[in-house]
Amino acid sequence: MSTPIYRTPDGKDVYGLLAEFASPGAISHAAEKVRDAGYTKWDVYSPFAVHGMDECMGLKRPILPLIVGIVGLVGAGVGFGFQYWVRVYGYQLVHQGKPPEAWQVLVPVAFEIGVLFTAFTCILGMLAFNGLPRWHHPLFSSKRFLKSSDDKFLIAIEAQDPKFDQNRTRELLITAGASAVEWVEDA
Amino acid sequence: MSSFNPDQETAARLAGERRAAESPREYDPEAGDGSLADDPAARAPLVLGNRSYNWVTETVCGYIEKGPGRWWLPVFSVTAGVAGLMPLMILYLVITGVGTWGLNNQVAWAWDITNFVFWIGIGHAGTLISAILCLFKQKWRTSINRAAEAMTIFAVICAATFPGIHVGRAWMAWMLFPIPNANAIWPNFSSPLLWDVFAVSTYGTVSALFWYMGMIPDFATLRDRAALALMNNPTDGPRLPVLGWRLESVRGYVYGVLSLGWRFSTRHWLIYEKAYLMLAGVSTPLVLSVHSIVSFDFAVSILPGWHTTIFPPYFVAGAIFGGFAMVLLLLIPSRLLFPGFRELVTLRHLENMAKIILVTGMMVGFAYAMEFFIAWYSGNQYEADVFLYNRMMPPFFAGPDGRYAPYWWAYWTMIGCNVLSPQVFWLKACRTNPAWIFAVSFLVTIGMWFERFVIIVTSLHRAFLPGEWGMFFPTPVDILTFVGSVGTFLTLYLLFVRFLPQFAMSEIKNVLPQADPHGHHQDPGQNHGGAGMAAHAHSPAPLQSPDAPTGGGQP
Repeated sequence: MSTPIYRTPDGKDVYGLLAEFASPGAISHAAEKVRDAGYTKWDVYSPFAVHGMDECMGLKRPILPLIVGIVGLVGAGVGFGFQYWVRVYGYQLVHQGKPPEAWQVLVPVAFEIGVLFTAFTCILGMLAFNGLPRWHHPLFSSKRFLKSSDDKFLIAIEAQDPKFDQNRTRELLITAGASAVEWVEDA
Repeated sequence: MSSFNPDQETAARLAGERRAAESPREYDPEAGDGSLADDPAARAPLVLGNRSYNWVTETVCGYIEKGPGRWWLPVFSVTAGVAGLMPLMILYLVITGVGTWGLNNQVAWAWDITNFVFWIGIGHAGTLISAILCLFKQKWRTSINRAAEAMTIFAVICAATFPGIHVGRAWMAWMLFPIPNANAIWPNFSSPLLWDVFAVSTYGTVSALFWYMGMIPDFATLRDRAALALMNNPTDGPRLPVLGWRLESVRGYVYGVLSLGWRFSTRHWLIYEKAYLMLAGVSTPLVLSVHSIVSFDFAVSILPGWHTTIFPPYFVAGAIFGGFAMVLLLLIPSRLLFPGFRELVTLRHLENMAKIILVTGMMVGFAYAMEFFIAWYSGNQYEADVFLYNRMMPPFFAGPDGRYAPYWWAYWTMIGCNVLSPQVFWLKACRTNPAWIFAVSFLVTIGMWFERFVIIVTSLHRAFLPGEWGMFFPTPVDILTFVGSVGTFLTLYLLFVRFLPQFAMSEIKNVLPQADPHGHHQDPGQNHGGAGMAAHAHSPAPLQSPDAPTGGGQP
C-alpha cells in the first residue's frame, strides 16, 4: 500500500478525509458505523478520552499492562539481586551482628527500584506504542484538526485504508452525522 | 428547610413527579456558590456556570498566553530574591562547615532534617490527590491535581537539598548512591538512611514523570493554539522584545517539543489512560513507602522518643495533613488572583480538602496521644521522661524537683496548631469559608514544621546520660537557609503558574456534564468566554436530575 491512489488536482497526495461531529454522543455512534463498515486505518480525535470510545472503535485491549508488570518485577529482582551481591560478596559489613544473607533488609530498596522501573516503563511504553514522539503529522496542516485539542470531535479515515473510496467514504461520514467533511493533504 | 426530606425528594424525582428544577435545594443559601448542595438526588457540579469545553481551554490557556496579571512580576521578584538566600547560605555552609549551624555534639540533627521531613511531607498531598484519589475515582481531583503535583515536585526539590548539605562534606554526597568507586566501597543497604536515598529519589522521579505525562495533552493544546494563531495571522503578532521572534512561534516550538507530537487520537488515549492508571497504581504504595521509610530513620534507632512502632502510619498521616494545608495555601490565593478559577476550584473542593485536614489532623492527634500512652504503659523510664520532661512539661507546672521541658513551647505550639486548630472544621460555616480555611492551613503548616522539630530536637537534646545534655539554638544561617527554601518553593510555583497549564484541561473537560456520550445534556457551545469571566463566578449551576446521568461524579 505504499503508492497512494488519491491525489488533489494540484498533484499532492491525499492523507484522507476528516469529518467533524457535534458531541461525544454523536461521534460514538459515528465511530460504531465506521467500525462496522470495516475500516482499519482510521481514528477518532477528541479533546479528552471519550468514555467507551475504544469499544465503539473496536480497539483491542493494550498489552502495555502486561509489559509493565513484567518489567516492574524484573526491576524489583534486579534491585534485590544487586543488594544481595553487595552485602554477601561485594562489600561485606558486619553490622548489628546480622547475617549478611538476611533478605528482610533488602525489601525497601528492591521495592523502590521496582517502582522506578514500572514508572519508566509506563511512560516510555505509552510513547512507544503510540509512535511518539513524532513532531509532524499530515493532520497538523488542517485548522479543523487543530481545534480537536479544544472542543471539536473528529474522525479521520486514511486514504491508505483498503476500503477507502472517495465517494463512498465521504457518504458514510455524512450519513453518520458529520457536520463537515474535508480532504487533508499528505504534507 | 425543615420540610425537605431527601428520601422523599429522591423518590418523587425517580417517579417523575418532580423535576430537578423544582428542587427547593437549588435556591438553598447553604449551597454557597452552587457546589455545596447536599441533595442526594443530584450531583453537585464540578465546574460551575454550565461551562463549555472552550471556556475551560480559554481560561487555563489564557493566563499562559496573556500572562497572569500585573501582580506576577513584583511578587516573583520578591520570592526570587528570597530564594537567592538559599544558594548563598549553602555556599557559606560548604565553605565553613556544618558548625555554622547551631548543631552540637548532642543535637546533631536539627533544622536541616526538620526541613527535610517538613518539605518531603508536604509533597505527599500532591501524590495523594493525583494517585490515590484517581484510584478511588474521586472526580473532584481533576481541578486540583495539576497544582498539587507541581507542589509535590517543588517540595521534593526543597527537601532533597537538605540531606545533601547536612552530610558535612557536601562534595562527598555522591557516595550516598551505590556508584562503583576506586576503593570498592559500597553503601550499607541495611541502613534506613540509605533506604531514604532510594525512596526520595524514586519519589521525585516518579512524581516528575506522572506530572509530565499528565501535561502532555495540555501542552498539545497550547501547541495547537499557537499553530492556529500563526495560520490565522501569518505576518503580524506580538513579538519578543529583543530577539524579535513571534511569541506564538516560540510557544509553538516549546510546547510542541514538550507535547511530543500528541494528537488527541483515541488509539493514543486508550494506551495513555492505561499507563496513567498504572502510574497511579504504583504511586500509591510508593507515597506510603516514602514517609514510612523517612520515619524509619528515627524509629529504627534506639533513642527514646524515636524508637516507636507507630511512626510509619503517624508520619504518613502527618504528611498528608501538612500537604493538604499547603495545597490550600496555594489554591486559595489562586482563586483570588485568577478570575475564572473560582468556577474550577469550587467551595466544595475546598470543603472536601478541609474535611481531609480534619480527619488527618485527628489521626495525628491520636498518634500524639498514643505516644504518651505507650510511654506510660511500657513502663520505660526513659521513654516516660522524654515525653514529660523533654517535650511537654511547662515551667509553671514543674514539680517540687523543678524539672520542666525547655522546649515545652514548641510542643504546645504543635498541639495547638495541629490538633486544636483543625477542630473548627466541624462547623460547616468554617470549612466552606476560604478565609477560615486559609487561616487554619497556615497554622497547620506551622504546626507540622514544629512537629518535626519536636520529634528531632527534643528527643536528641536530652538522651540517656545527663552529662551529655545540651540545648539547640538556631543560627542566622539555619534560619536563612530555611527561609530561602520557602522562597525557592514559591518561586518555582510562580514559574509554574506563569508558563504551565495549572489545570488538567482534558480531565476537566471529561467531567463536564456534556462529556458523557450517553447523556442528554445540551452542549453549551455558545457559552464562550475568555479568562475574565469572573462576573459569572457565582451564578448557580443547574443541578442534574437523576434521570439524566452525568459525568460529573461526586461522592
